[in-house]
Amino acid sequence: MANKASLREAYGQELLELARKDQQIVALDADLSKSTMSCYLAEEFPDRFFEMGIAEQNMVSVAAGLALVGKIPFVNSFAVFAAGRPYDQIRQGIALPNLNVKIIGSSCGLSDYGDGATHQAVEDIAIMRSIPNMTVISPVDANETKKVIRAVLTYQGPVYIRLHRDELPVITDEAGEFTIGKIERLRTGKDIAIFANGIMVSMALAAAEKLAELGITVKVLNVPTIKPLDAEGVIKEVRDCRGVVTAEEHSIIGGLGSAISVALNKTPVPLERVGVNDSFGQSSESYQKLLAAYGLTIEAIVKASKGLLS
Amino acid sequence: MKIRDINKLEQKAKAIRINILESIGINKKGHLGGSMSSADLVTALYFYKMQHSPAHPHHPDRDRFIFSKGHSVLAQYAALAEAGYFPKTELKQTKTLGSILQGHPERDTPGIEANTGSLGQGLSIGLGMALGGKLDQRNYQVYVILGDGELAEGQIWEAVLAARSYQLDNLVAIVDHNKLQASGPLKEGLKFGGLNSKFTAFGWHTMEIDGHNMEEIIGALDLVGQVKGTPAVIIANTVKGKGVLFAENKAEYHNVSLNQQQFEQAKSDIANL
Repeated sequence: MANKASLREAYGQELLELARKDQQIVALDADLSKSTMSCYLAEEFPDRFFEMGIAEQNMVSVAAGLALVGKIPFVNSFAVFAAGRPYDQIRQGIALPNLNVKIIGSSCGLSDYGDGATHQAVEDIAIMRSIPNMTVISPVDANETKKVIRAVLTYQGPVYIRLHRDELPVITDEAGEFTIGKIERLRTGKDIAIFANGIMVSMALAAAEKLAELGITVKVLNVPTIKPLDAEGVIKEVRDCRGVVTAEEHSIIGGLGSAISVALNKTPVPLERVGVNDSFGQSSESYQKLLAAYGLTIEAIVKASKGLLS
Repeated sequence: MKIRDINKLEQKAKAIRINILESIGINKKGHLGGSMSSADLVTALYFYKMQHSPAHPHHPDRDRFIFSKGHSVLAQYAALAEAGYFPKTELKQTKTLGSILQGHPERDTPGIEANTGSLGQGLSIGLGMALGGKLDQRNYQVYVILGDGELAEGQIWEAVLAARSYQLDNLVAIVDHNKLQASGPLKEGLKFGGLNSKFTAFGWHTMEIDGHNMEEIIGALDLVGQVKGTPAVIIANTVKGKGVLFAENKAEYHNVSLNQQQFEQAKSDIANL
């Protein structure tokens, strides 16, 4: 197993690093800074950090105001609160005027396993994807998180970034630049193409190993940018494949699986979606156990892949 | 552009009200009630108080005005046209396909600072601008006009709390207190004990004025500019539909279509104000 590293830790450190160079960067949080890791910026630049209290709607509109006077605000909360609670404020005040606000949805998916359904975001991507002008990114590991934060800083416009709570396997290199809206092939194969993001990428790679033992060759594609989706790249990658599997730690409604399905709607290839099947999360004693309970496993990807070839 | 003379400001307010009518037009539809109730406040901001220039609409030190009750934007379009941000001929195009004058404020319109209209958000946006102003040590003021019905939105009170926490004396809220919302009278919970006491309890500097008395309006705007260490609110008692006699104090003229006769009557009422 590859090394593991924390995405939110990487985010907090990178944000601080960038804030040292760019005076316009500010951060806002709603009483979760020690969890979202906006606390690093807060410690070094207290005047550029705004603790807004537990008031996410106000926080998001305040970020709009800061962007309107030239600041680059990073808004922090748990994904479930960052995307859900201030939906209207994001839509009306940020996305409609296309403001340069970056929204960080921390503890995404089921990763806040203990806190239960109220704190687990399995529909944040669907919500954010539906808003015009919004870019939606789900980094795969700590290295990619750093690169994503650097990339969105040079991009003018609203971006939603979802980050896991747990440490995740390190898959990508530290070096290089992240390009918004591009997929990345991590493994080549010809029978099945698996499109995944976040924690599901490492599972997809493990599933590919297992399938190889059965003589099935699998290509694995990391899709960090759900919107704008690299539709051209997706179509190109499946050209010679016999089946497509999508894997996401999100509802199968409105997330990666939906986006890939639409991109392939004129491509005659069967597709299976692995994801949360239109249900809320719940509390669990471990992340792994919770993921398994919702069918987010290596075995589920193997089964879906085999099913497409039978 | 600044007008110091009360009579001239009152004449300007009449011109603003006529411009509002031009935006509403005949047999079309527009938010007459709230636009007319804010007209004097908006006039005083654009032609007496605010540092702004249509020649430099993005000047970093300009004062900012946000119409949080975005449906009343016709009063702002009227003032912006009057100030020269765009030709007055645009007013007749309000709410038509492709017009720069949308049904609610959008930043693409010259002079509009933020997108508002989903009620309850403008004070927070103004708060962000005020925080940015402090951070950059700029001296601009941020003015936000709120509707009294809009005060039912919880986000307003999130912003009221936060503005006090950050001691934003560069933020001024003005409540267009016309006591009517779209469906009828303002709810008892908002009226109970007076709006003044609510803001006072949250640590704001409060003033209460007649929102149609130009002398009181400009006096209050000058005074709140001197408040230090706390945000300030002006509760402006107004009359919904002010100036159009058949529409005054009537909730049913919140968003209304005027026929030819009503349009002419409205113009004549305003001329006789």
